[in-house]
Amino acid sequence: MIIYFLCLVLFAIGLYCVLRKRNIIKIIVGIIISEYAANLFFILTAYRIGGRAPIFQEGVDITNMVDPLPHALVLTAIVIGLATTALLVAIAMRIYEKYGTFDITKIRELNG
Amino acid sequence: MSNISSIIPLFTAIPLGGAFVISLIGRKARWISDLLAILTALVICVLSLLSVRIYNMYGVLTYSVGGWIPPVGIGMVLDGLTTFMLVVVNLVAFCVVIYSINYMERFTSKWKFYTLFFLMVAGMNGVIISGDIFNFFVFLEIASVASYALVAFGTEKHELEAAFKYAVMGTIGSLFILLGIALLYGYTSTLNMADMANVLAQKNTTNLTLMVSVMFLMGFGLKAAIVPFHGWLPDAHPSAPAPISAMLSGVLIKSLGIYAICRIFFNVIGISQPISSILMFLGALSMVVGGLLALGQWDLKRLLAYSSISQIGYIVLAIGLATPLGILAGLFHLFNHSIFKSLLFLNSGSVEYITGTRDLKKMGGLSQNAPFTSTINLIGSMSIAGIPPFSGFWSKLFIIVAVVQAGRFGYAFWAILVSILTLAMYLKVTKYAFSGSLKESLKHIKKVPVFMKLSMAILAVITLIGGLLLVPGVDELFLKPAADTMLQGVRYSTGILTGLK
Amino acid sequence: MSHEHGKGMSIIVKTITRFTVGLIFLYGIYIVLHGHVSPGGGFAGGVIIALSFVHLMLAYGKEAALKKLSKRATSILESTGAMLFLLIALLGFTGGYFFLNFINKGEPFKLFSAGIIPLCNIAIALKVGAGLFAIFVALVLLDLDSEKKE
Repeated sequence: MIIYFLCLVLFAIGLYCVLRKRNIIKIIVGIIISEYAANLFFILTAYRIGGRAPIFQEGVDITNMVDPLPHALVLTAIVIGLATTALLVAIAMRIYEKYGTFDITKIRELNG
Repeated sequence: MSNISSIIPLFTAIPLGGAFVISLIGRKARWISDLLAILTALVICVLSLLSVRIYNMYGVLTYSVGGWIPPVGIGMVLDGLTTFMLVVVNLVAFCVVIYSINYMERFTSKWKFYTLFFLMVAGMNGVIISGDIFNFFVFLEIASVASYALVAFGTEKHELEAAFKYAVMGTIGSLFILLGIALLYGYTSTLNMADMANVLAQKNTTNLTLMVSVMFLMGFGLKAAIVPFHGWLPDAHPSAPAPISAMLSGVLIKSLGIYAICRIFFNVIGISQPISSILMFLGALSMVVGGLLALGQWDLKRLLAYSSISQIGYIVLAIGLATPLGILAGLFHLFNHSIFKSLLFLNSGSVEYITGTRDLKKMGGLSQNAPFTSTINLIGSMSIAGIPPFSGFWSKLFIIVAVVQAGRFGYAFWAILVSILTLAMYLKVTKYAFSGSLKESLKHIKKVPVFMKLSMAILAVITLIGGLLLVPGVDELFLKPAADTMLQGVRYSTGILTGLK
Repeated sequence: MSHEHGKGMSIIVKTITRFTVGLIFLYGIYIVLHGHVSPGGGFAGGVIIALSFVHLMLAYGKEAALKKLSKRATSILESTGAMLFLLIALLGFTGGYFFLNFINKGEPFKLFSAGIIPLCNIAIALKVGAGLFAIFVALVLLDLDSEKKE
């Protein structure tokens, strides 16, 4: 049970990083941490006690596997995360080009 | 399975195909990408209108992708709410594509714009038709990532800053949704929404469902820009090019936010008293805060963006009532708002196009040499402020009646007050930008190109006749089925599951 | 940044790269083609294929890698991969369903089996490989104004 809570703690650490840090790159790192925490949590929902990797092989019967569905879903979530991260990094580089800084306290031309 | 339900996957397949074909051959010449974009948008728009007819003939349609029978495979559903949202999204998308032909000329790579645009449309359509919660999440992310890129499309200072803010907050919202899905999957062991609703109805609601509800509320609230989560919207929507602002404010926040809230809270988890109260409170809060903040803006597009938050508040308030009239009024306001807010954003784009500024203080007297823009602004403003013949009046009236009927007089008071605020803010736009004496710098301004005029004219006509949707007989076609789907609540699953098996 | 990449790295790295790059590329193709009988598949294989080009670019500089696979080619390959995937999905309509596995599925654990899955893997690998390399190129070759001034 404690491991699920540790996942949520990791998620909260990422969230703290996003909210508290001033450097754009650190914010992106925070998002990645949160993302991995969410993915880890999803993977953990698949766990069965004593289960083995859900790989279908010749001559091995298919009982006692962990749930393969979350693995497939998390793979998709990781791909989405890759796309988001790439976009964020690209925007961050462009911001550096325009503003000459990564500090969000100096990038405040808009205030919503 | 009848062949007629083969129409359902086309709503994502056609925009996706259009996007990739445009990125393959659109770079050769501008007219190729224009032509392909118009064709794609027209086809999905016609298909979505056709789906209304199909729904009325055949009822709820379901589709199992790849012939895998749900809950194992991915299911797609065409019900009342789906057809309603499909029409909203694809109608606005079609008008926006027509508008972009002229407006996007000043950007160098138009085909990139169209590619991202159709990816976003595909994502939104996918969110709407999906009957599988993870598929839903994937399409939601496709639409979101495409919209982050579209906000940054100009790659100027403000665009980038707004896009970064939007992308960070949007990603956090998505992560909350993913966590919620993980918890729900762990609890129910299924991903099909109908099946999930069944399982959740059999097991009693526990603290876990409440926690999942809160996570979804945060995630979809961020996507819908309900007030505590609204920080990105007033930056992101004005910074994007005008057609994209129209798309984002008009349909994106509704299909990813409001539709998702409707579907998840009404049909999967089942609306409960606490959630209903929270939705109403947040709705009223965003209504008031958005309205007050909008009044102080001098940037035309920022004003429109804050007004979007306020109008989203109306929709959430009405839907949160969870009474038949409230839901009907909320959905009707959703339709109207997406039409007139797109119209106003497109019009702000044409004001920017002819004058080169968005600052209300630098404008004045535009009605003298830009009569068309001025008329459109008048129509849009009167509709959003709720002046009788226009559609906005009817939906606001219905919302207030529904709130009063439910005995929530406090909320009704705020709704009426914000309606006056809305009138005030649009009077401000009309006064500073369109009436008064013509400024010297605005004597020689450009003309609005023909396609921009055409698309705005289409939307203006829809706004004018939008009130007719409430006429008995017409509402059976379009609005009632959507409200009925939500009213069914978790019982919606039984119809879907029998259809799928 | 771009200055360093123009020259490439030292002779040791270049020699090792010459030996390994082809192997990495082949391994990626293996992962793609065996995706339906063993762990792996289009995404993993595509990433490995993209990494072989990234490897080349890191060792030899951007010209050498872009000569092998130009920016334009990656863009076209990416769209082709996506179109191919969509086409396979739409071909499922011949059997009545979107994404239907309409080819004979054959026996499990044979190379030619599983119907459309290997074809989908190839399409995904094209999309992911080209897309990832395009992302890398876009991030590395971004011309910053501040660097130009120096």
